[in-house]
Amino acid sequence: MSKTLTLNGQMISAREGESILDAARDAGVSIPTLCHMNGVGDVGACRMCLVELAGSGKLVPACTTKISEGMEVNSDTPQLREYRRMLVELIFSERNHVCAVCVANGNCELQDLAIHVGMDHVRYDYLYPAENVDVSHPMFGMDHNRCILCTRCVRTCDEIEGAHVWDITARGIKSHTITGLAEPWGEVNTCTSCGKCVMACPTGAIFKLGATVAEMEKDREKLAFLKNARERREWV
Amino acid sequence: MANKVKLATVWLGGCSGCHMSFLDLDEWLFDLAQQVELVFSPIADVKIFPEGVDVALIEGAVANEDNLALVKRVRACSKMIISFGDCAVTGNVTALRNILGPNNAEQVLQRAYHDVQNLQPQSPRFVVEDCVTNTLHEIVPPLLPQVLPVHAVVPVDVYLPGCPPPAPRIRAVLTQLLAGNTPQMIGREMLKFG
Repeated sequence: MSKTLTLNGQMISAREGESILDAARDAGVSIPTLCHMNGVGDVGACRMCLVELAGSGKLVPACTTKISEGMEVNSDTPQLREYRRMLVELIFSERNHVCAVCVANGNCELQDLAIHVGMDHVRYDYLYPAENVDVSHPMFGMDHNRCILCTRCVRTCDEIEGAHVWDITARGIKSHTITGLAEPWGEVNTCTSCGKCVMACPTGAIFKLGATVAEMEKDREKLAFLKNARERREWV
Repeated sequence: MANKVKLATVWLGGCSGCHMSFLDLDEWLFDLAQQVELVFSPIADVKIFPEGVDVALIEGAVANEDNLALVKRVRACSKMIISFGDCAVTGNVTALRNILGPNNAEQVLQRAYHDVQNLQPQSPRFVVEDCVTNTLHEIVPPLLPQVLPVHAVVPVDVYLPGCPPPAPRIRAVLTQLLAGNTPQMIGREMLKFG
């Protein structure tokens, strides 16, 4: 059933049960995202797609909020723009994101988002955590310095590959992605070495061994293709 | 000469790649030279940072006592300062040692000059004796406990990221400044880090 709502002052129609993000994209309005990825479920981890609901003035993530009849949504206000830039700066300050020496330089969704939000410098103190690089797997590596905890790898491995090698441990600033039961990746025997997590990762955190600076290109649409192929038998 | 914009370029804790990129402006440097007077730079033999500078491009992070003293003088003597390149803007590669902790100078020296040396490991000598005057001179500036981006030490007016910033980006910033405008740092061509 079709519903009508207002997005940035324009009336749009959307399917019942659709997220604000999907409805906006169908209407040609782009809302910045980071943890969202076509082919896997949304969790609202990164808060980049926050939109404002008129009336309450409440900010909600567009990816996990369903549309409703008569809803008034603003996706682009000075406040939202400032919050998005703050969020990107906080991500940069939280781990060691050194674009110049990163495998994903030039092919990184975090780097692209920094450009999009107009980040010319980071206003917060960098935390410089001592993070590990796990290269125990024979084909792939995990660099926690570059991890933004978007959980795309977790969702991809669980929902598409069905192996659930990845998960998140601890809470808050201590949160970390783990493989298996917090074991070295190479020792996790449920890993099928399919490489889908490598494709899903928006930054240089998960990479192919041997990739050097700016070499790690990823094919994320392949994951949506796999999902479509399986569920809808659409091999295109 | 009197009406020319007084331009300075400064090299703190960085690899000089940003200055190399500046030199990549090639023949446009002739046009630039018509409009500015280069009053201080690693490529000009001037020892003391002068007063009354209009624009200073600062390459590199603040990594040692010399960097710290110089950047403070640059701020005090310049109308506008530009964080020039990723090391100045973010700390970048120069700040990789910060992962060792908030007070890592000793660890860095230990690692670089002792742990990986098997022949005569010794730290750089901070003080040497001048055998003519019999006085002591500091010749190696002590490292700061942590490497800092420029804006963590002094207020910065414009941020010019890139490792190094591509020459067209440097030119775009200088062109806007010379036209009397605040540089508009928008879009991939102007803002991409790395």
